[in-house]
Amino acid sequence: MGAIGAGIAALGAGLGVGLIGSQAMAAIARQPEAANDIRANMILTAALVEGAALFAIVVGLLAG
Amino acid sequence: MVRVNRKIGFVWAIAAGLLWAASPLFAQEHGQEQNGHTTGETHETHSEGHGESDGYDAVGTVMNHIADANEFHVWYNTHIALPCFLYAPAQGWSFFSSGKFEHGHKAIDGYVLNHGRVNRVADPAFPKGEVHIEGITHQKDTVLKAGKEKVVDVYFATYEGKSWLLDKPSTLDGGFLGGGITSFYDFSITKNVFTMLLAAVLLVFLFTAVARGYRRNEGKAPSGIQSFFEPFFVFIRDEVSKPMIGEKHYERFQPYIMTLFFFILFCNLLGLVPFFPGSSNVTGNLAVTLTLAVFTFLVVSLNGNKHYWEHVFWMPGIPAWVKIILTPVEILGLFLRPFSLMIRLFANISAGHIIILSLIGLIFLFGKNGESVGGAVAGGIIGGLFTVFMNLIELLVAFLQAFIFSILTASYIGSAVEDHHHHEHEEAH
Repeated sequence: MGAIGAGIAALGAGLGVGLIGSQAMAAIARQPEAANDIRANMILTAALVEGAALFAIVVGLLAG
Repeated sequence: MVRVNRKIGFVWAIAAGLLWAASPLFAQEHGQEQNGHTTGETHETHSEGHGESDGYDAVGTVMNHIADANEFHVWYNTHIALPCFLYAPAQGWSFFSSGKFEHGHKAIDGYVLNHGRVNRVADPAFPKGEVHIEGITHQKDTVLKAGKEKVVDVYFATYEGKSWLLDKPSTLDGGFLGGGITSFYDFSITKNVFTMLLAAVLLVFLFTAVARGYRRNEGKAPSGIQSFFEPFFVFIRDEVSKPMIGEKHYERFQPYIMTLFFFILFCNLLGLVPFFPGSSNVTGNLAVTLTLAVFTFLVVSLNGNKHYWEHVFWMPGIPAWVKIILTPVEILGLFLRPFSLMIRLFANISAGHIIILSLIGLIFLFGKNGESVGGAVAGGIIGGLFTVFMNLIELLVAFLQAFIFSILTASYIGSAVEDHHHHEHEEAH
C-alpha cells in the first residue's frame, strides 16, 4: 500500500513540476529579459510542490 | 563583502559546534530495522550486511550503506575505527575506540557492534569489560502495535552458548526509522559526525583564505581561490537574500544563509565521493536535516515582527469566522515549513544514494552473488553506465538542494521581517 501511495504522490508531483516548468519556459520565451526572476521563482514553486509530494511519501513510508 | 565574510566565520564555528553537539545523540537512523533477512529464520549476521549465505540481500545492503555507523568501512575488510562515547544510566560513561569491538566479535562493557552500529546488551547480568562473543544472531518477531501486527528485527548476542537480547541503537526519533531511546545514549563520533567535522574544517580553511583575499584585494579584482567563490557569494546575495529578504534587512541574515548554503553543499558533495573521507550520507540523515530546520525555525520565529505574528494569529482584513479557521492552519504552517525543509533535503539526498547503491547492487544481483561472472559483467556495464549518469544528476541535486534550502529559508525570513506587508505585496504584482 505504501508503495502505491508513494507512486501516486510521485505522479502528482511530476504533473505539478511539469506544469510549472512548461509555464516558466513559455514565460521565458515571451520575456527573455526576465529569465532570471522567472527561473528563481520556478525553482521555489517547484520546491513547494515537491514538499507536498514528500509529505505523501513520508505518510506512505509510515503506512508501510 | 569583507565585513560579511568575517561574520560568516563566526557563524560557521557556532553552527558546526552546535551541529556536532546536537547530532550524534540522534544521528542514527534506519539500518537496523530493514535488514531484509528471510522471515522466521535465525542465522548469523556479519557486521557489514553482505556475506549472507542465502543469496544477495539488496535492500539490506543499501540500507546499511546509507545508515550511520560507528566505524568507517574503507574497502573489503579494512575499517577505520572511530571513538565511542557511550552513556548508560545503569553503568555510567564508557570511552573506547570502535576498533576494540573487532567487528562484532567482542563485547565491551556490555556494548557490541551490530552492522557497524553500537548496541547494548539489555541484561545487567552480562559480564562487563572485554569478552569474546560467538556472534550476533537475528530473528524476526511479530509484535502487536496500535492494533496492527508488525514484523520487527530482534538481535541477540551469543555468549558462552547463551543468547542475550540486544537493545537497539539510541536515537531521538522515537523509532521512526528504527531505534529509539533505549537503555543507553550514544554520543560517539560516528561516520556522519566525522564527515560533518571534515566539512566544517574544510569550510573554515577555505573561507579564511577567501576572507584574507577580500581584505587584501579590497576595491580590486579578486584573485586565487577568492575568484572561484566570488560568483557563489554574489549569486546568493543577489538572487537569494536580496530579493527574498529585501534590501533593508538582508545584510543581517546573509551570514546565516551563506552558512546554510555552503555547509549543505559541502556535505552533499562529500557524500558523493564514494571512498573514505566522503561516502557518508550526512544530509540524507533525518537528524542532521532536523537540526538545520530547527535553526531556520528559530531564526524565523525570533526575528518575526509584529506584522508577521499578527498574520499568523489574527489575519487582518478578513471576516472573523474565516479567522477561526485560518488561525489553526497558520499555526500548523509555522511547523510544517521547517518540517518540509527537513524532509525535502533528507528525501532528495537519500533517494539519490539509494538509486546509486541499487545500480551498483545490480552487479551482485545479475552475478548471482559470485556464481555467474557473465551476469556480473553485464550488471557492471549497465550499472556502471547508469551510475555515471546518476552521479552527474546527483551533482546537480547537490547544488540544487543547497540552493533550495537557503532560498526557502530566505523567503521564510523575508516573510517574518517584512514591514508594511500589504503595501509591498501590492507593489510586487
